[in-house]
Amino acid sequence: MSALTFSAKHETAQRVDMSPLVCQLLKDMSLADIAAIELQNGKRKIRVDELFDISGEDSQDIIINNSYAKLDFIGKELASGRMTVQGEAGAYFGMGMKSGELLAGGSVGLYAACEMKNGLLTIKGDAGDFLGAALPGNKQGMKGGTVLVKGNVGQRAGDHMRRGVMLIEGNAGDYCGSRMIAGTIAVMGSTGRFLGYAMQRGTILLWKQPQLSATFNDCGSHTLAFLPILFKSFTSLDSKFAKESATFNRVRRFGGDMAEKGRAEVLVKLQNEEKNAAFSAASFS
Amino acid sequence: MIINGVSIDETFAEAFPMKATRAIITAQNEKWAMISAQAMTGFATSVIACGCEAGIERILDPSETPDGRPGVSVLIFAMGGKGLAKQLETRAGQCVLTSPTSALFAGIDEGLQIPLGKNLRYFGDGFQIAKKIAGKRYWRVPVMDGEFLTEATTGRVDAVGGGNFLVLAESQPQALEACEAAIVEMKKVPNVIMPFPGGVVRSGSKIGSKYPALGASTNDAFCPTLKGVTKTDLSPEIESVMEIVIDGLTKEDIDKAMRVGIQAVCELGAENGIKRISAGNYGGKLGPFHFHLQEIMA
Repeated sequence: MSALTFSAKHETAQRVDMSPLVCQLLKDMSLADIAAIELQNGKRKIRVDELFDISGEDSQDIIINNSYAKLDFIGKELASGRMTVQGEAGAYFGMGMKSGELLAGGSVGLYAACEMKNGLLTIKGDAGDFLGAALPGNKQGMKGGTVLVKGNVGQRAGDHMRRGVMLIEGNAGDYCGSRMIAGTIAVMGSTGRFLGYAMQRGTILLWKQPQLSATFNDCGSHTLAFLPILFKSFTSLDSKFAKESATFNRVRRFGGDMAEKGRAEVLVKLQNEEKNAAFSAASFS
Repeated sequence: MIINGVSIDETFAEAFPMKATRAIITAQNEKWAMISAQAMTGFATSVIACGCEAGIERILDPSETPDGRPGVSVLIFAMGGKGLAKQLETRAGQCVLTSPTSALFAGIDEGLQIPLGKNLRYFGDGFQIAKKIAGKRYWRVPVMDGEFLTEATTGRVDAVGGGNFLVLAESQPQALEACEAAIVEMKKVPNVIMPFPGGVVRSGSKIGSKYPALGASTNDAFCPTLKGVTKTDLSPEIESVMEIVIDGLTKEDIDKAMRVGIQAVCELGAENGIKRISAGNYGGKLGPFHFHLQEIMA
């Protein structure tokens, strides 16, 4: 069976709510029924076949071609299957995602992976502000799963994050990990100001020394046993994080935010230091 | 049945259902992983008074352990699930948490999950950190040498305890030499432990005693010094009997361990004073698992 493919015929002037087009909602639906679904487009409704050419039949493998930055809520609460976006995506990409795989070939807008619960969400381009955050007024952001961003992310990545792993190959904006409750954020590039602002628990793992607030205290250099296990869990990903050369187990640990609970940590890779021989890389071979 | 001059009795070992789990201890080097494992499996020869039967299964190569360090896998057996969980937790807390550079992981993923480090985390006094990695929960407990990393739970499975065979020899040194040879081979079998000191027990027991308070007492039928005064099971030339007890995750694992063990004993043969192989049972009424010696060696 070939993937169920939606190819955008043109770009709309107004934003489109794509949330009806997810694997679990299209299961067992005929192409005619799918074509007749009405999507919210600004203040009017637009039929799916008015906006997209539809081909293929496997509703558990959905491809959206010619995607553009006004297609919001792609993969909302995705509970199974795989969705692939060729091009850009709008806001709320993978919001509340529960399982399966979601992939954006280009960049995505605000609130991607917000309140995500499980699954694997990959963004090959950049992500906007509030990646994996809580919606305004809500107390808990991302609660599980893995988010991989190959580009850069905006401000407030992981705001109110509760659990799960966020992997950022590029740079992160200001307030990365702000108000984080728990979970893990790893950033290979640079980070902005106010890193981990009001962070309660959780880990921010960095390859480069950040500019830290006065409320993060130096706890010294350490070899941490959980790091090899964490890196090993990344080996199945198509990412720089999966490479053995990216791994390390020697870090400088900063505890904070002392203006909050102070149980969170920022771990920074120790530059120019060999891996502690006690933790061999044998498990990566 | 006679192998190399050693007579194999037409009898069977009788074994019982137990609950078991496996834990993996790693450390900076094999020496310290082994020290921790030895402490954890110490005083665990018999459920009669130790609470559990435990032993070192094997040494693990760094490529086989979760954190890529040298490790040791240990198996722990108990009569019930609650007892197993309690023994596992107290032993992990006193013998692994305390051991320098150690980390502790689940050795069995399937089965009912019982606490491994789940409650040890409270030692961290609020500074402990949970990490859920690839579906497994780990606890990082700050300790004076750095961090104690432990998996939250490990799997509990149904297992078999009490497989055994008796080595009957013309002298004590010959019985011991044969048992040592058997243990060397049996230690190569996965999923089994021989819980007694060095794998060998010299005080095999029978059920009951003349003293009402005691549930078990010396197996007088196999005591060589009592040959003339009790209903003995020994012929005149037997001067010493030793037993090897085996606990395994499955009946097949014990089958295999018994086979290689008895084989090793028989290789020494009658010329080295080994006369007979027998086994301990209670008439087949108590344990559902029967290991017939002649079937195993067939």
